[in-house]
Amino acid sequence: MKAIIAATIFGILMMFASILMKDKKAMANLAIASLLVLFGINIWDLISTPAGSSQAYFNNMLSISYYGQMFNTLMTGCTLLYALLVSKEIQRVGAHVAEYFALIFFILCGVYLLSGYNNLLMLFIGIEIMSIPQYILAGSDKRNLKSSEAALKYFLMGSFSTGILLMGITLLYGATGTFSIAGLAFLQSGTISMMAVAGILFVMMALAFKVSAAPMHMWTPDVYDGAPTPFTAYMATVVKAAAFVAFLHLFTYSFGNVSHTWLLVLSVITALTLFVGNVTAVFQQSVKRMLAYSSIAQAGFMLFAVLASNTMAAQQGMIIYAVAYSVATIGIFAVLMKMKDYTYDGFNGLAQKEPLLAFVATIFILSLAGIPLTGGFMAKYYVVMAAVQTGQLMWLVIFGLLMAAISVYYYFRVIIAMYFKQGNAELSSPVTSGDKFMLILTCLLVILLGIAPQLFLVNI
Amino acid sequence: MMLTLIILIPLLAGIFAFMMKSEGAKGLALASSLITLGIVAWASCEAYNAPVSFSIPWIPSLGAGFSLMADGMSTMLCLLTAIVVPVVIITNWNKTVDKPWSFYGFMLLSQAGLLGVFLSYDALLFYFFWELALIPVYFLCSRWGGEKRIPVTFKFFVYTFVGSLMMLAGIIYLASQTSGPDAYSWNSIMQAGRALPAEQQQIVFWLIFIAFAIKMPIFPFHTWQPDTYEQSPTPVTIILSALMVKMGLFAVLRWLLPVLPQGVAFWSNTVIILSIIGIVYASLLAIVQTDLKRLVAYSSIAHMGLMSAAAFSSSNVGMHGIMVQMFNHGINITGMWLIVSMVENRWGTRDMTKLGGMATAAPKMAIALVIISLANIALPLTNGFIGEFMLFNGLFQGASPYHITFMVIAGLGVILGAVYTLNMVQRTAYGNTTDMVIAKDLTANEYLGLFIIIGIILILGVYPKPLLDMTAGIARVLVP
Repeated sequence: MKAIIAATIFGILMMFASILMKDKKAMANLAIASLLVLFGINIWDLISTPAGSSQAYFNNMLSISYYGQMFNTLMTGCTLLYALLVSKEIQRVGAHVAEYFALIFFILCGVYLLSGYNNLLMLFIGIEIMSIPQYILAGSDKRNLKSSEAALKYFLMGSFSTGILLMGITLLYGATGTFSIAGLAFLQSGTISMMAVAGILFVMMALAFKVSAAPMHMWTPDVYDGAPTPFTAYMATVVKAAAFVAFLHLFTYSFGNVSHTWLLVLSVITALTLFVGNVTAVFQQSVKRMLAYSSIAQAGFMLFAVLASNTMAAQQGMIIYAVAYSVATIGIFAVLMKMKDYTYDGFNGLAQKEPLLAFVATIFILSLAGIPLTGGFMAKYYVVMAAVQTGQLMWLVIFGLLMAAISVYYYFRVIIAMYFKQGNAELSSPVTSGDKFMLILTCLLVILLGIAPQLFLVNI
Repeated sequence: MMLTLIILIPLLAGIFAFMMKSEGAKGLALASSLITLGIVAWASCEAYNAPVSFSIPWIPSLGAGFSLMADGMSTMLCLLTAIVVPVVIITNWNKTVDKPWSFYGFMLLSQAGLLGVFLSYDALLFYFFWELALIPVYFLCSRWGGEKRIPVTFKFFVYTFVGSLMMLAGIIYLASQTSGPDAYSWNSIMQAGRALPAEQQQIVFWLIFIAFAIKMPIFPFHTWQPDTYEQSPTPVTIILSALMVKMGLFAVLRWLLPVLPQGVAFWSNTVIILSIIGIVYASLLAIVQTDLKRLVAYSSIAHMGLMSAAAFSSSNVGMHGIMVQMFNHGINITGMWLIVSMVENRWGTRDMTKLGGMATAAPKMAIALVIISLANIALPLTNGFIGEFMLFNGLFQGASPYHITFMVIAGLGVILGAVYTLNMVQRTAYGNTTDMVIAKDLTANEYLGLFIIIGIILILGVYPKPLLDMTAGIARVLVP
């Protein structure tokens, strides 16, 4: 709870900073310092929450569990890492640096609500608090037509999906007379009404939109491609992970008993997401757009956790996946932002010019592709294990793994370009020793996740 | 601890080699591989009578442990790895490679992966090392390989990666069936596998076997192999063909036969038939090759086919033969590749139609070629003989009703093997001598490398008992 308040205060502080401060760099530094404090507050919250317990607020509308708090802490850590890696690029996006950071603090506030909501209204509020700043960030490069297009598209589609979410919540309320997560858990397979089923499916569609699962993924490539790259990196990682945790929370604690109503639909969505994400990514020429599709593909794997929500491995897998995927994606975006040309050819010969940059990029890509010794492998491992443990999703597991093999094709094209092709990869800005330090740190984090994932795990 | 050192030394030396950024990496690689050889030899002595094992918890929440175990089969393959790597480094000592630090760094990492595969006694750890061995090879081939290296290596990588992922699904499935704290330990996996009903074993069999079939490779999963061998730089080809294909066979013996007995029983005839098709098909293709590297590549498919056929024949002597032959084939094929690379370095071509007259230009090299070739076609008094003899014996005693047919057709492989090998010897060592007289004979380091190989060939050909004793216990466990 302290973290939610702190995030809001820091957000407001950053807004005032934009009036009071002139120097962009100072604003960024203030934001990073605030994030550091916020991270500290989260750790404080984490320590003061005993494992397995949860604390309720606002008439039990919000109940922050140890699991949720762990997630918050890790996501704040990822945000801090993100800010340290790309603060220079954020300063280059436009004039309103402090506002950008203010929006990021508000997004974090939404993330905290989503990891601990205990009521469908809180879910709705959390999603809105998280989404609206994103619409603004997507359009923050005002002179760029593509950025404005991305913002408008995201806003229109996003509001539409929010409408569907509200519709679903309404139907559920009509069927059960309650908004609370625990109240909905009384839905039983024998007595469930048609209205409740419709509500569940509506909510599922809306959440699938937020996590960019097919067929609700259409906005993703355009928005990710159009938005300024630093903000794409954030949208694709922390925000998406938070939406997933909300998804998992709802389907574990509210709809777990009636899984027969949604399991098949969600399995098909998962298969479709994996297929569309991976196959379309193969045909991309721009690395940024490829990463947009790859984020759809990764979402397919995270959906495994939702499908297997009743298992411990799913809950643990979601955290590991969220962290491993976020860290690796933030890393690869940080490398991408150093490049002048975002196409594959733009990476040609990077290993000769900047061996360190190429090396860390390789580690991030190996992690995204799920190669052992990196966090990405452990993440995929946990969610796949969860799906296997349910005992009825073996077909989906094998399909997913075959799709993962396809993903090697487009991920390794970057490695091939960097190491094995001749060319003159041009950088947009020089790599300073500070950048190098942060990149190596990120890289070590990826490997640590792959070797000792238990450090990031909680038992629930 | 000793077992951990075996993996740790090449791993750390490999990482260190990357950071050195100087020619000294070569020396470091040699030193590290010799130290590894020493420790492996020590471990082999320790494990000669009773298996040595080492285990600490790794990811407790999953039930995965860092457990290593060295029995006769593991130590034998570790010994093979530990011998081949320094020999490769010694014979390539004078060759300049671009960025030697990364080259030798990757070599050592790959060695660490291989040793890890042979030693791991935990399914998840096994999978980790399985991939660790693959990734460096991908970089080695793509960076230092021939003209078509990028697409070829990529095909190889995707092929093996698909296999690995299917195996991963199989491992997870088996682990999800276990009970108790060590879900991934060999014992738990084995019990879980054995407890499965027969129909499920038959399905899980393919999930797991496909990875091994691609790695060995058996027909029809072999198409990556000749291209990759041809395009890779020779040291890497040696790693691939002498060591990495053994990973596939080793994995069958350790992680498949004891784990899914009913699945194996159901599919064994299919696998044997595929292997035998592979033997004949690869031998026939080897006869028409003119490129030395492709010829050796196809001959390797034929030899591996025989071994995999024997692996599924469920006879004690066949199992024992595989263990012996895994070692011997590794040594022989290393010798083969060394000669091929020497030929290529001296005369700038591997095309047999352009070669000839090595016996006059470089007599020592020609003698080495002849001895190694004879070992390759399993002439008595060479190491190849005893292994191949046991393999045929095993196939003959197999449980299948068609065992005699199998043996007869597989036996064709020996005759065809003699055809292509002797033909190769004739065309490279003898015949037209016009262009080849200028070349130098063996240099000191090449001489040393080949001397080690030929020494092993002859010693084990005459006195194979140590090798047989070392692995006898394991064969009895696999086929009681």
